[in-house]
Amino acid sequence: MRQIAIYGKGGIGKSTTTQNTVAALADAGKNVMIVGCDPKADSTRLILNEKMQMTVMDLARERGSVEDLELEDVLQSGFKGVTCAESGGPEPGVGCAGRGVITAINFLEEEGAYTDDLDFVFYDVLGDVVCGGFAMPMREGKAQEIYIVTSGEMMAMYAANNIAKGILKYAHSGGVRLGGLICNSRNTDREDELIEALAAKLGTQMIHFIPRDNEVQRAELRRKTVLQYNPEHTQADEYRQLAKKISENEMLVIPTPISMDELEELLMEFGIMEPDVVDEAGAVA
Amino acid sequence: MSASAKINQTQKLIDDVLSVYPEKTRIDREKHVKPNDPSDCSTCAVKSNVKSRPGVMTVRGCAYAGSKGVVWGPVKDMVHISHGPVGCGAYSNWSRRNYYNGETGVDAFGTMHFTSDFQERDIVYGGDKKLGTIIDEIDTLFPLARGVSIQSECPVGLIGDDIEQVAKAKTTEHGKPIVPVRCEGFRGVSQSLGHHIANDAIRDHVFEKAGTEIEMTPYDITIIGDYNIGGDAWSSRKILEAMGLRVIAQWTGDATLAELANAPKAKLNLIHCYRSMNYICRYMEDTWGIPWEEYNFFGPTKIYDSIRRIAAKFDETIQANAEALIAKMKPEMDAIIAEYKPLLEGKTVMLYVGGLRPRHVIGAYEDLGMEIIAAGYEFGHNDEYKRTYPLLAEGSVIMDDATPYELEQFTKALKPDLVGSGVKEKYAYHKMGVPFRQMHSWDYSGPYHGFDGFSVFARDMDMTVNSPVWGLIRKPGTASVAAAERVAS
Repeated sequence: MRQIAIYGKGGIGKSTTTQNTVAALADAGKNVMIVGCDPKADSTRLILNEKMQMTVMDLARERGSVEDLELEDVLQSGFKGVTCAESGGPEPGVGCAGRGVITAINFLEEEGAYTDDLDFVFYDVLGDVVCGGFAMPMREGKAQEIYIVTSGEMMAMYAANNIAKGILKYAHSGGVRLGGLICNSRNTDREDELIEALAAKLGTQMIHFIPRDNEVQRAELRRKTVLQYNPEHTQADEYRQLAKKISENEMLVIPTPISMDELEELLMEFGIMEPDVVDEAGAVA
Repeated sequence: MSASAKINQTQKLIDDVLSVYPEKTRIDREKHVKPNDPSDCSTCAVKSNVKSRPGVMTVRGCAYAGSKGVVWGPVKDMVHISHGPVGCGAYSNWSRRNYYNGETGVDAFGTMHFTSDFQERDIVYGGDKKLGTIIDEIDTLFPLARGVSIQSECPVGLIGDDIEQVAKAKTTEHGKPIVPVRCEGFRGVSQSLGHHIANDAIRDHVFEKAGTEIEMTPYDITIIGDYNIGGDAWSSRKILEAMGLRVIAQWTGDATLAELANAPKAKLNLIHCYRSMNYICRYMEDTWGIPWEEYNFFGPTKIYDSIRRIAAKFDETIQANAEALIAKMKPEMDAIIAEYKPLLEGKTVMLYVGGLRPRHVIGAYEDLGMEIIAAGYEFGHNDEYKRTYPLLAEGSVIMDDATPYELEQFTKALKPDLVGSGVKEKYAYHKMGVPFRQMHSWDYSGPYHGFDGFSVFARDMDMTVNSPVWGLIRKPGTASVAAAERVAS
């Protein structure tokens, strides 16, 4: 069983990318489970073709505690037999979503959700590694491989670098490794080259470049992955390729995060940031 | 022995004791342990009110302990919710022996225990709704509760619950003060910050928001910083009333919410525990110009002195009453001294208590002919140490946030006849066979304040120091075991 966690800046397309990739793996005959680690609980809807599945924490809240739950209450089977679980958590602004992730993952583990017949477990994690809870999937005994979804936009790259810092921390204590950057294109200038350059700086690879295509949105509106909605579409092939690359990936590294200055230099090198912009920003700061 | 020789000798002892620490710890602890030089405070200034060094097994408490356990807990006609997981409330329940009058469960709630008992789901989804429900239930079950305080435990601050909003809404809904107190345990370096936070909560949520109309007199005073341990505040109140003064509030031993609210009507605030309540006295002085005066009701010498200083703030009638009271009580006090001083004369004492008593009880011991050879505070600030140096003999050991190791070593070296400290030290000293009094809770005795208290104090000290039991304690691996076995056979 390979456990893989997907991180990246909020809104970058982690859940969409994860579900499409998982659908491609399942389509190729792999036995996969998705664990959504985001209180929004939108990590499994494209697989399950429904609004939102019942989450571990919501059900625990309803019944009293996680001890009152059974595994079958929170595990659902979707497209091509993909097993789905959502940690769930509070609405924005209250409580502790990070604790919800920890509690839910512990519950799944203790109750034996991680069966030997699984080929892959994918954790789809909320935005940045803001606290210990959201680092849970990369701790010892959990995901051994991390893929970071990014784009050629500065803040997405900044977030990717930050996540690399989080991986570095746990790489030594738990053995987690970075498997690569997934570029989810925003059609910015020289995007593929830029992300390849960033990947090189971080000591990793750009494992795949996913071009922007509205077929993804059309499928999403129908609560489906492209693989299910329109398997013949070229975009479905992109996800098949990503699934194959991940499946065959052997480049697992301890990342080498870079400083803010280095990141800015990189942007200047690619003409995205003019030197005088940096000077102005510096003068303001 | 010359003066400086005594100081040098103590410094050498301190150096010896601290020498076993790793260098960083030793350099840090050197700043907290000093020989007393009453003539020059600049050289004996110990460092205080800073973070404890990890690994030293400090006995300090937390901000929640300072707020719920010390300041708010004794306010008897309010319900105090330990807001968070069950442990903080359960383990601190009724540990301070703040006596009170009233019907428990009807109009007084001091020995009752309320907690929101956080579960996993309260952490993940927040505890605000549950808190609101608890406040509603309290209002239904205990209609005579005049208000509620919310004592925050650590997780409440970590998850960012908005208890202020809940308190505000419920204050309006129930028409009684619901006081949010942000005393999460991780804040600050000891319970001391909890006292300050609790004082501020009274300022923000009780002053000018609660209270009753009372007719005022020129002799209205308050007792601030007396928690009525074993009845301390009651015996203090007797003295003040005998002087012709009217005590309109006791903070917070046997206190009511109305007493907290009415304090700003006083002519003079009298403060006993300076450390835990100086904040509110300063606030009342700055805001309404109410003067405050520190006093000490431990032992006759300090009691007479305090009575006269307090009386000097009032007219001749009060001053005459004060002298009459002293004249009346002096024979009784002299008789206690005559009975116990011969039994205790020359005995040495080591004290390690919270933030007031190491200096306030010195006079009472001296009245019995006893000498303080070492004193330290758990959570004192510079204010305490400045007030302590002049009261102690030259070369006595002054220690801040002392470690169990240091206490044990100083005890072995200085061989005090009595150690006064807390429950965490008590049983270690029992095992060492050293006479020990628990000076936080008066070892389940008391009161120790006032004239009534001195007779109890003198009896307890004699009972402890001169008990034959200490000589019978068997210490494994020492000659005393053999001796004890001989006695037994």
